[in-house]
Amino acid sequence: MPPVRVLTVEGATVTFGGRRVLDGVSFSVEAGEFVGLIGANGAGKTTLFRVVLGLLKPSAGTVRHLGRRVGYVPQKVAIEPDAPLRARDLVALGLDGERFGVRLPSRSRRERVDRMLEAVGAAAFADARVGTLSGGEQQRVLIAHALVGQPSLLVMDEPLANLDIKSGHEIVELVARLAVEQDLAVLLSAHEMNAILPHMDRVVYLAEGRAVSGTTGEVIRSDVLSELYRYPVKVLDVDGTVVVVGGHDVKVR
Amino acid sequence: MTGFLASDPVRVALVVGAMAAVVSGVVGVFTVVRGQSFAGHAFGDLGTLGGSGAFLLNVNPLWGFVSVGAVVAGAMELVGVQRRRGRDVATGIVLGAALGAAALLLYLDTTRSSTTGAAVTVLFGSIFAVASGSLPVMAGLAGAGVLAVVALYRPLLLSSFHPELASVRGVPVRAVTLGFLVLMGVTVSLTSMVVGTILSPALLVGPAACALRLSRRPGVAMVLAAGIGLVVTWAGIALAYASATWPPSHAGWPVSFFVVALVFLAYLGVEAGAAARG
Repeated sequence: MPPVRVLTVEGATVTFGGRRVLDGVSFSVEAGEFVGLIGANGAGKTTLFRVVLGLLKPSAGTVRHLGRRVGYVPQKVAIEPDAPLRARDLVALGLDGERFGVRLPSRSRRERVDRMLEAVGAAAFADARVGTLSGGEQQRVLIAHALVGQPSLLVMDEPLANLDIKSGHEIVELVARLAVEQDLAVLLSAHEMNAILPHMDRVVYLAEGRAVSGTTGEVIRSDVLSELYRYPVKVLDVDGTVVVVGGHDVKVR
Repeated sequence: MTGFLASDPVRVALVVGAMAAVVSGVVGVFTVVRGQSFAGHAFGDLGTLGGSGAFLLNVNPLWGFVSVGAVVAGAMELVGVQRRRGRDVATGIVLGAALGAAALLLYLDTTRSSTTGAAVTVLFGSIFAVASGSLPVMAGLAGAGVLAVVALYRPLLLSSFHPELASVRGVPVRAVTLGFLVLMGVTVSLTSMVVGTILSPALLVGPAACALRLSRRPGVAMVLAAGIGLVVTWAGIALAYASATWPPSHAGWPVSFFVVALVFLAYLGVEAGAAARG
């Protein structure tokens, strides 16, 4: 049985004020795959995400989703510390936030929300206001919000941007584990890619509005990345772990 | 006390005050959560124009408030009240122009009827002078307002905190934003009947701000805000009634003064309580 393509983007083109931000971008994500989206600033990553999420209609090309809905984890939330939204409220809105009317208390719903909070390690602060949580804790709650509706594709925009090294690795490992448990494909953008390298099946890279995809081994190479970022980038093997570093001063011993 | 409740204007005032308090408590919580108290002020200021125009045309000021509120809601959505840059300039210019026009209309009202009644009624409210005939309309508006918040509760909540997350979930964010602005316009119209256009944002935002200090759940905060609004409004009406024998004029102090003063005291009390709890 051929693998199910949960996301197929074909020839997506987006033009802003005469500039082609995306120029015939095509790639797909298969069920259960962990795909990294990389590219320099201004390469069109955010625009591509907006197209994938249906927030922006491409002037040409198509976006097709198969399977269940798409879960989305935005790069940042700007929620005031005194905003009356508890972690569990945000997760519950991931179940039915688009429905009209108020919901009646339901035990099965509450249990679903509790299980999801447990799964992302957020049970301890389930009743805290979202605005009072740390960046890593907020990230966990947002992941729970995105996953509680059991999507088949999780889209994450720079999930590691505001996290320290430990929190970043923990979040990536959490997502990789949940992806297996929930039969979930992941499409994630990251500038800092070291944390995601061990889990990434495939890389889609964007440069000047065009996309190329390949396996991690094909793309995460010094020559390919240096060309992509137009800057010296080295891919090193440190005690068996592949790491990516940039800069003129990097010397390979 | 029996004299108080036997008076027809007082009974009408209590009913009008209750309706305005409940709907502004419910709508006010979302106003505070969405950071749109500014828009509440704009509705109040522009309502002055509608109210003074209605006086000139000899119609119930409520119609002036409501019609201006609906137009303003649409205009604000177009300008984009959510965008800070657009709103700073647009607000300054539009509110200034509207208040200028209101000054003219109030002046014409005053010269025509040779009393200052219009200005006081529009700007500071005269709840004891509300015609009992407008009660059904006000009840309809208040009821529709509360029902609309109930219907929009979840999409409004999600889009208040993160419009993009709401869009991804299929919430029509622009329509919800516009719907809420219309709701605010209607609510400010009702509170303008109680405390006047100038003070109407205080009744919209004050009880809601108190309630949000007391509960971290929006639904609970709405019930609390409606309750606080009801208490301050009714207490304000009772104090205004009692003040008929007070100096200096023995003609009674205005309701709006008492209501807004009580809102302020409630807020101080809640803040002090929060500070004491740490």
